[in-house]
Amino acid sequence: MKLHSLTAHQILELYKTKQASSKEVYDDVLTRIKTVDSKVKAYARLSTQTSAGEGLLSIPIAIKDNMCTQGEEITCSSRILKGFHPPYDACVIEKVKQSGGLIMGFANMDEFAFGSSTESSCYGPTYNPWDLLRVPGGSSGGSAASVAADETIWALGSDTGGSIRQPASFCGIVGLKPTYGRVSRYGLIAFASSLDQIGPLTKDVTDCALLMNIIAGYDQRDSTSVNEPVPDYTKALVNDVRGIKIGVPKEAFVEGLDPQVRSSVEAAIEQLKKLGAIVKEVSLPHTPYAVATYYIVATAEASSNLARFDGVRYGLRQSPTSVRKNALMDMYEETRSKGFGDEAKRRIMLGTYVLSSGYYDAYYLRGQKVRTLIKQDLDEAFKDCDVILTPTAPTTAFKVGEKISDPLSMYLSDIYTIPANLAGIPSISIPCGLSKEGLPIGLQLMGKAFDEEMLLRVCFTYEQNTPWHTKKPNL
Amino acid sequence: MITKDDVKYIAALARIHVAEEKLEDLTKNLTDIVGYVEQLQKLDLENVKPTSHAVPLTNALREDIVKPSLSNEQALSIAPEAKDGFFKVPLVIE
Repeated sequence: MKLHSLTAHQILELYKTKQASSKEVYDDVLTRIKTVDSKVKAYARLSTQTSAGEGLLSIPIAIKDNMCTQGEEITCSSRILKGFHPPYDACVIEKVKQSGGLIMGFANMDEFAFGSSTESSCYGPTYNPWDLLRVPGGSSGGSAASVAADETIWALGSDTGGSIRQPASFCGIVGLKPTYGRVSRYGLIAFASSLDQIGPLTKDVTDCALLMNIIAGYDQRDSTSVNEPVPDYTKALVNDVRGIKIGVPKEAFVEGLDPQVRSSVEAAIEQLKKLGAIVKEVSLPHTPYAVATYYIVATAEASSNLARFDGVRYGLRQSPTSVRKNALMDMYEETRSKGFGDEAKRRIMLGTYVLSSGYYDAYYLRGQKVRTLIKQDLDEAFKDCDVILTPTAPTTAFKVGEKISDPLSMYLSDIYTIPANLAGIPSISIPCGLSKEGLPIGLQLMGKAFDEEMLLRVCFTYEQNTPWHTKKPNL
Repeated sequence: MITKDDVKYIAALARIHVAEEKLEDLTKNLTDIVGYVEQLQKLDLENVKPTSHAVPLTNALREDIVKPSLSNEQALSIAPEAKDGFFKVPLVIE
């Protein structure tokens, strides 16, 4: 039996009936990694853990390379953090370990999560298991590719503007960005603190609920963590959408949307209607401004968060070769210039610009105000519907190298995912089709704050009535 | 429109040294992106309040109880350079 190709809930069944042990599962997944990762390059590095432990939920997991794990090297796939061994575990890592989780390794990502293709990693790109000439999406591209390639059973990613959902869509798997504050960010190396959220990447919706049960919950060490009761998410796995109101924004089906993505998403809408959901048109008039707003807010926060990488306390220190200003200033500049890649430098500089004296009101303050309008649009739409449905991304996976020299066109691949981050609401991507080239297409649902259960219910129903979650790439 | 001098100025603020041969491309990239975000200027935002966090947050307070935290040794063990219990940096003042 190919244990690596199973879902977590299937493996848990095998554990229950003693048909497999966690050691067998661990060994099988490790063998799979050794067989295919030279092609996919989903992992930045494997865990130093060399054997399977025992626990209630001893399931192999891949961790995005931005979550602090004691005793391991964690780098955000950046040269500036090479050799960084965090002296503590992130909250989600504690929870994964407590559940018996088997950390297989640390998944490749765009440097500091800056990107939508996993090409900006200092380790080089990850490749899409469905077509090795294409990107897996990003920034959690390694996490998504590892799940799609059966190099893990499930994975954790982080999502600031679509970094879980867009790669989930490109790799044909399930990816959930929970409500802001639902999962503790303690120990997550920050990108944009008002937007970042950790979430699961899984092979199906049931696994998504199971992994949420492990990671969700209040944590005093993250001051943005919200003290709301955590439900048992598996109770939301109900195969019934009768009477559920699904809003479809008229702004979603616009220029730039791939016709094949459009027709798959429209077919999914028809399917949900057939299953008894009520589909209605809604309007989100300010969503066309979401990408512009995001690139002000997110880069401003990133420039501030990444100021800490200065060669003093951790990570890389580069000594200057010649004196330009003074020894300390030269060390900062040399370290940051050598340590950060091109996209990180661009974003830090853009963020510095929008926050700089004379531009703050024109850009940053304006961005924050448009953020209010985008959130109000969503609040208004949710008065009359339970979920909002759109494509996850305007296209299927693009080719490696296609957008790397044009940052703006890369940014536009997050056009559908960004609003949920700006509004702090939960949002999920599930597979809803394959293009004629055999590439996965993703469907996105957004929900009300702290109503992940509604997303899981609609997605579970859709999944039980469609074949897409069973499709696997030929590797 | 962002000029090469603007880019040099921003780079200095961000403590990043931009090599001369990268200046042209970076100036173009930033001009494109700033040009794109200019679309926000056409919105009327007169009575709109800014949102800094999607979830309304007040101060997150907790009891002031002493708990274990990283020791001096643990914190310094990952430092590029340390001496006498401190992070060591290049000479600042003669």
